[in-house]
Amino acid sequence: MAAHAHESNVKRIWTVFVILSVVTIVEVALGIVRPEWSMAHIIGMKILNWIFIILTIVKAYYIAWAFMHLEGEKGAFRWSIVLPLIILIPYLAFILLTEGSYVHDVLSNGFVSWDF
Amino acid sequence: MEATVTTATEGKVWGGGNEPLKASYGKMMMWFFIVSDALTFSGFLAAYGFSRFKFIESWPIADEVFTHFPFLHGVDAPMYYVALMTFILIFSSVTMVLAVDAGHHLKRTKVAWYMLLTIIGGVIFLGSQAWEWKNFIAGEYGALETQGGRILQFVDGNTGKRVALHDFATATGEAENSMNANGLSANAEVTHIYTLQDIVDGFKANSNILIRTEMLNEEGHKTLLTREESAEKIKSAVLVVEGANLERNEYGNRLFADFFFFITGFHGFHVFSGVVINVIIFFNVILGTYEKRKSYEMVEKVGLYWHFVDLVWVFVFTFFYLV
Repeated sequence: MAAHAHESNVKRIWTVFVILSVVTIVEVALGIVRPEWSMAHIIGMKILNWIFIILTIVKAYYIAWAFMHLEGEKGAFRWSIVLPLIILIPYLAFILLTEGSYVHDVLSNGFVSWDF
Repeated sequence: MEATVTTATEGKVWGGGNEPLKASYGKMMMWFFIVSDALTFSGFLAAYGFSRFKFIESWPIADEVFTHFPFLHGVDAPMYYVALMTFILIFSSVTMVLAVDAGHHLKRTKVAWYMLLTIIGGVIFLGSQAWEWKNFIAGEYGALETQGGRILQFVDGNTGKRVALHDFATATGEAENSMNANGLSANAEVTHIYTLQDIVDGFKANSNILIRTEMLNEEGHKTLLTREESAEKIKSAVLVVEGANLERNEYGNRLFADFFFFITGFHGFHVFSGVVINVIIFFNVILGTYEKRKSYEMVEKVGLYWHFVDLVWVFVFTFFYLV
């Protein structure tokens, strides 16, 4: 049925588990320490938050590619799954976050009293 | 009869029966369900982001809210518990993928054992989440709410640490067994129910108590008022809030608790359904259904769902607890 050979992937699975664990430990350590240098802002967000988001995408990549075995699927199938998500989700996030800060500006610039 | 014969369309591209993407129908549909579900979750998380950016300078700090760890009472343990939950879920993902791998080699007992481990991991995760909710709902310190719906928390001016309402206020008993202003008296954890006057009296009697507002200062900490400012601020309080429900919570912005319940609840419901489906497939494995079929593809399909649940948690973990 499936075209790919059924050789055992056990070694690959444990490697990915180690990678995911290390990334999570790094995230938690950074979250607890919150080093001074990472508090600076880049493109509207703390460096630390950018690091968290990048590490999360790294984890998502390993889960989807190794555990969900996207790396073994045919390219057309793989990208018909992944492309809609990587186009739509950043688009949605961009619009909502931009509008969120706009609403924040309106609230804090005195047109509306929100704490009375 | 001839027509029937010609519908046997082997070798014809559009006749059906071939798999241009080299994936079976069931697996493909599981993937497209996952795509749509992923968009649902991103909708929730983006809405969370919207509200957070809207109230960027007063949003609660997750590190100060989720500080509990089992058997460590009173110890400030930010994030350790969610990190543990993350590990439990990642590990159950590993056992799931090992089950799928064993399925490719038609090793029935191995598949069954790995499925069982996955189910146990899922149940432990659900239990952890229930415990997390229990702590969140019960609350720890208590707070006051102002007329404008803002939360005022209390800090010991000498030590700089948060103080709970019962550390400085005495319940006069009048509010007991009555539906208090906070509307949370159904909570069995709260033994004393304070009236607003109890808190104000306690505040006046203890000169070291200061008020902390929701607003974040330059360093990203909550603003601490002086004693005089606190005495002025407490006059605007109208309610006592202990714990959290969908209407208000002692941690800060009302939306914070709403999103917490909704997003982790929706994810928890996915974990629950995942466990149920895993149990069904587990019994099928034991009964030898897939042994007869000579294909463990069903295990692979529920595996996809289970990994997806793990994937979502990775994002919830980042956006709710870390960022």
